[in-house]
Formats: sequence, structure tokens, C-alpha cells
Amino acid sequence: MATETPTQRLPLSGHRRTRYGDLALRGITGLAAVVLGLLMVALVYEVAREAWPSIQEFGASFLTGTEWNAVTDVYGARDLIWGTLITSLGALLIAVPMSIAIGVFLSELAPRAIRTPVTMLVELLAAIPSVVLGLWGILVMGPFVAQHIEPFIIDHFGWIPFLDGYPSNQGLFMAILVLTIMVVPIVASVSRELFTNVPSDLKQGSLALGATRWEMVRSVMIPQVGGGLVAAVMLGFGRAIGEAIAVTQVIGGSNSRPDSIWGPADTMASRIAAQYAGTATHLQRASLAYLAVLLLAFSLIVNLTAQLIAGRMQRRMRGAA
Amino acid sequence: MEGLATLAAIVAIAVLAIVIISVAKKGLPALNVDLFTQVTSTFGIPGQGGGIKNAIIGTVIMTAIATAISVPLGVLLAIFSSEFAPARLALIIRITLNVLAGVPTIVIGVFVFGLLVVGNGYSAYAAGVALSIVQLPVVARSTEEVLLLVPHSLREAGMALGASRARTVLTVILPTAVGGIVTATIVAVARAAGETAPLLFTTGIFANAVVTDPTKPMASIPLVIFQGSESPSAHDQEVAWAAALVLLVGVLIGSSVGRLLSLRSRRRIEQTR
Repeated sequence: MATETPTQRLPLSGHRRTRYGDLALRGITGLAAVVLGLLMVALVYEVAREAWPSIQEFGASFLTGTEWNAVTDVYGARDLIWGTLITSLGALLIAVPMSIAIGVFLSELAPRAIRTPVTMLVELLAAIPSVVLGLWGILVMGPFVAQHIEPFIIDHFGWIPFLDGYPSNQGLFMAILVLTIMVVPIVASVSRELFTNVPSDLKQGSLALGATRWEMVRSVMIPQVGGGLVAAVMLGFGRAIGEAIAVTQVIGGSNSRPDSIWGPADTMASRIAAQYAGTATHLQRASLAYLAVLLLAFSLIVNLTAQLIAGRMQRRMRGAA
Repeated sequence: MEGLATLAAIVAIAVLAIVIISVAKKGLPALNVDLFTQVTSTFGIPGQGGGIKNAIIGTVIMTAIATAISVPLGVLLAIFSSEFAPARLALIIRITLNVLAGVPTIVIGVFVFGLLVVGNGYSAYAAGVALSIVQLPVVARSTEEVLLLVPHSLREAGMALGASRARTVLTVILPTAVGGIVTATIVAVARAAGETAPLLFTTGIFANAVVTDPTKPMASIPLVIFQGSESPSAHDQEVAWAAALVLLVGVLIGSSVGRLLSLRSRRRIEQTR
């Protein structure tokens, strides 16, 4: 992904006059780096500060509380955390196999002429603003899925408890579909890059030994890029967890766990988006900020882990080369 | 197996096509002169408003503010990271930018809300700041990539000719990289124009009139779409579709142009190696 920094730093110039120019430039650009650092610190501090009243009030029981009630001023995030995990993991379940398949297609199977255009089209999917996707999801995809796809699944798979219910054009399933659309371009474009960078002698060697193309993908390419794929999936996971707008448009904003995948629910991010405007009490606003703190922590952990895995993989590939 | 992979790719592109076609189909009928000359209206009161003029102007102004903050900051950051910072510090900066890129935009909205909105009220400045935080990693990472592509020999040649580091950077490196910086800016603008969550917290309530004072909240295209999508009024939904069409066309064109230009400028820089 990123290229290597030059390992040698050229010295600053010799003459006194020109040295001031160098110092000035170094100073100004270094200031930009300081601003970045301050920004990150301020981000964590400010969000935590806004959440403080709620953290003081509920502490860790916020994570296990199930009631979110602005009237009694009691807030608990358990059902929201559950909703976040179900929608994000559900989206990953669909998106990851699909994205890896697309990565294989774009790096191995597609005729060379269409590889770049199709890659660009898949990446264009990521450029669709989430609010547009949500609008489409609630007004177009929702009714269509509710009329044609959900009844089909309920009829054939309704014996699975969680899949039995009434079709609806809002709810967990819709949120999963929308998040899938958002995650696929991320994971697919990274997979494609990873697969394209597998040394061709490894691929050719496997084919020469008699493997079919699918066997070659399965036994050579995927293990070779395994770490990178994990990192890509984690990035997609982070994206899905944090999506507020499109999810809140389609998920139905309920206060408790639904009985089935078709029922309305809510996620942490979507709850913030839904209630930001009409907070009745300070504690409610602080609790929404507490949700933001949790989201920030989740995203930090997921992101840093993904970068760690990717860095380790890059080092290993360089070492092996 | 191979058929499944092809199928997956087809499904992905089909979804893209379906979304674009749906937005076009629903948005085109509502696309008329009124859309661009009238301001937003509440509850679709006939004879009053029914357009998105103030939203378009608001998005343009707020995106401009955001870009004016994020591009200089991002370029300076990239210069520091690629020219002056020791390798470990450059790595930390890159990791930090990647972390920032992964922060959910709704959290950024909450952050700027507490920082700038509490006590001061909604404003386009606050929205601009929030959007610039979203843009910063995009600009900084792309610029750093382009700066690193410039061959080291150019820097050494500058030094050998007696130019200072500053002069080399400003008169040799940057001009070579300027194409990449421009495309990074285009992609950043497309990104900021489509963000909704930061706007909820910084300019969430706006007047149904054209506002050009950045200390006041302004209407924005994403919020018009968001509010229209949740509204039971068919008129509001119509306006939302039309706004979505305008936004989608702008964002997709911006992203595609940015992507294509970046490929071309990258090829050109590599030819100087």
C-alpha cells in the first residue's frame, strides 16, 4: 500500500542564510505534525469529557443495562452493543466471501482488458455517500426485499428460530444488507491488491504441479496473503461498526432486541444519530457521548490491530523476498 | 468456483448500477429549474420553496472551508513526514493518520459538537472543521505517497547544486508532485461533500433561506437527503431524490476523475525515474 520512506535523511544545508529557510520549513511542517497529535488527544479527551456525567452515573453497568429511557433517565447500552455486533458480523458474513471472490476475479480470472475498469467500478461503490445508500435502502431496496426476498427466506428457512417472523422493509436484515454494500468495496480492493502481489512464480509453480486454478487460489494465494486479508476484514469491520447514517435510516430504531432478524433494532452509532437532536436531559446527551466513547475505543482497537497485522505481513513478505 | 467469483463481481457491479439507476429514475422527474432557484421548504408548503438552492450553496461553502483547512495542513504534514521526520516518527504519523481515518464520522461529529458548538451554536465554520478532520487523512496519505514517488535523485541533485532543503522541496519536489496533490484534493472534496454525520452535530438546524455567513448554520445537501428520507411527506422524498441525484453525480464524477488523474500522474512521475 504505502511506499517505503527513504532511509537516509539528507542533512540541512551548510550556509547560515539558507539554514534559516530550512529551519523555517522544518518548523512549519513539524507544527503540522504537532497539530495532528493535539487533534488526536483533543478528540479522545473531548468525547470522554462529554460522556463523563454518564460514565460517573452508570460506569460499567452501562454495558449491561438494557433500558434506554429518557423519561426515567436510565440508560444502558447492552441491546445497542448487541445490535452493532449482529449487523456488523452479519454484514461481514456476506461481504467477506464475496469480496475475496471479487479479489480473485479481478486478479486472476478477468480478461486483462476489463480489469482496470471493473476495479474502478467496484471502488466507486465505496464512493456512494452513505446517506444516498440509506435513502435508496429505505425507499427502494426495503420494499423490494420485503416483498420478494424475505418471504422466500421465511418460507424455506423459518424453522431456524431467528429467521422466523414477518417481512418488513426496515430492521436488522436491511441494516445488514446496507452494511454489506459498504464493506465489500473495502475488502475487495485490498484483496485484489494482495492477490495481484503474490509472486507469479509461486502461482505458476503450483499450476505446473497440476493444480487446478481454484486449487491454486485456495492452497497458494489465500495462505500467502492470509494476514493481509485479516487486516482488510478488520478494516471492513471497523467501517461497519461506525456507520451511523445509512443504518439509522433502515434499521427502525427500536429500544430492545427484536425476536427475529426482520425486526427493528438499533446500533450504537445509529442511536447517536437518531437522538442527537432531541435530547431531553443532560444525562441523555452524556449517554449518547458515552456510546461515542465506546465506538471510539472499538474503532481504535480494530484499526490498530489491523495495522499491526498488515505491518507484520509486510515485513514477512519483504524478508522472504 | 470460478463461476462464483465472476458472479460475485457481477453482483457488486449490478448493485452499483441499480443504485445509480434508482437515484436517476426517482431524481430526474424532480430535477427542474425550481430545484436550483428555490430554497428548502418545511412540509412542502406549495408556493413556497421546494428547491435546494440554499443547500447547494451551503454544501459548497462548507466544503470549501473544510478543504481550505485540510489541504494546507495535509500537505505540510506530508512534507514533514517524507522530508524531515526520522523514520520512526514518520511511521507514527502514518499510523496516526490511519487511526484517524478509521474513527467513525459520527464520533467526529460529537467531538466538534463539544468543542465548537456548545455555547456558540451551530455554524458553518464548525461544520467545516468537522469535515476537514474527515478529509485530513485522505489528503495527507495521498500527498505523502506522491512525494515519496519523486525519485531521490532529484533531491540529491538539488543539494549538489547548492540549493537548501527548503528550496529543493518548494521548487523541485512540490511542483513534481502537484498533480498528485490536486487529485488528492479532488477526492477529498468529493468525500466531504457526501458526509452527513458531522453535519448533524454542527449545522443540524438551518434556515430555509440562503445563508452566506459562516458563523451561522447552513443548509446542506446531505442533510436535506437525510431529513427527506425520514419524512412521511411525498414532496420531501421527491426533493431528497433530486438532491441525491445531484450529490451522487457530483461525488461519483469527482471520485472517478480523481482516481483517473492520480493513475496518470503516478505514471508520469515514474517515467522521470
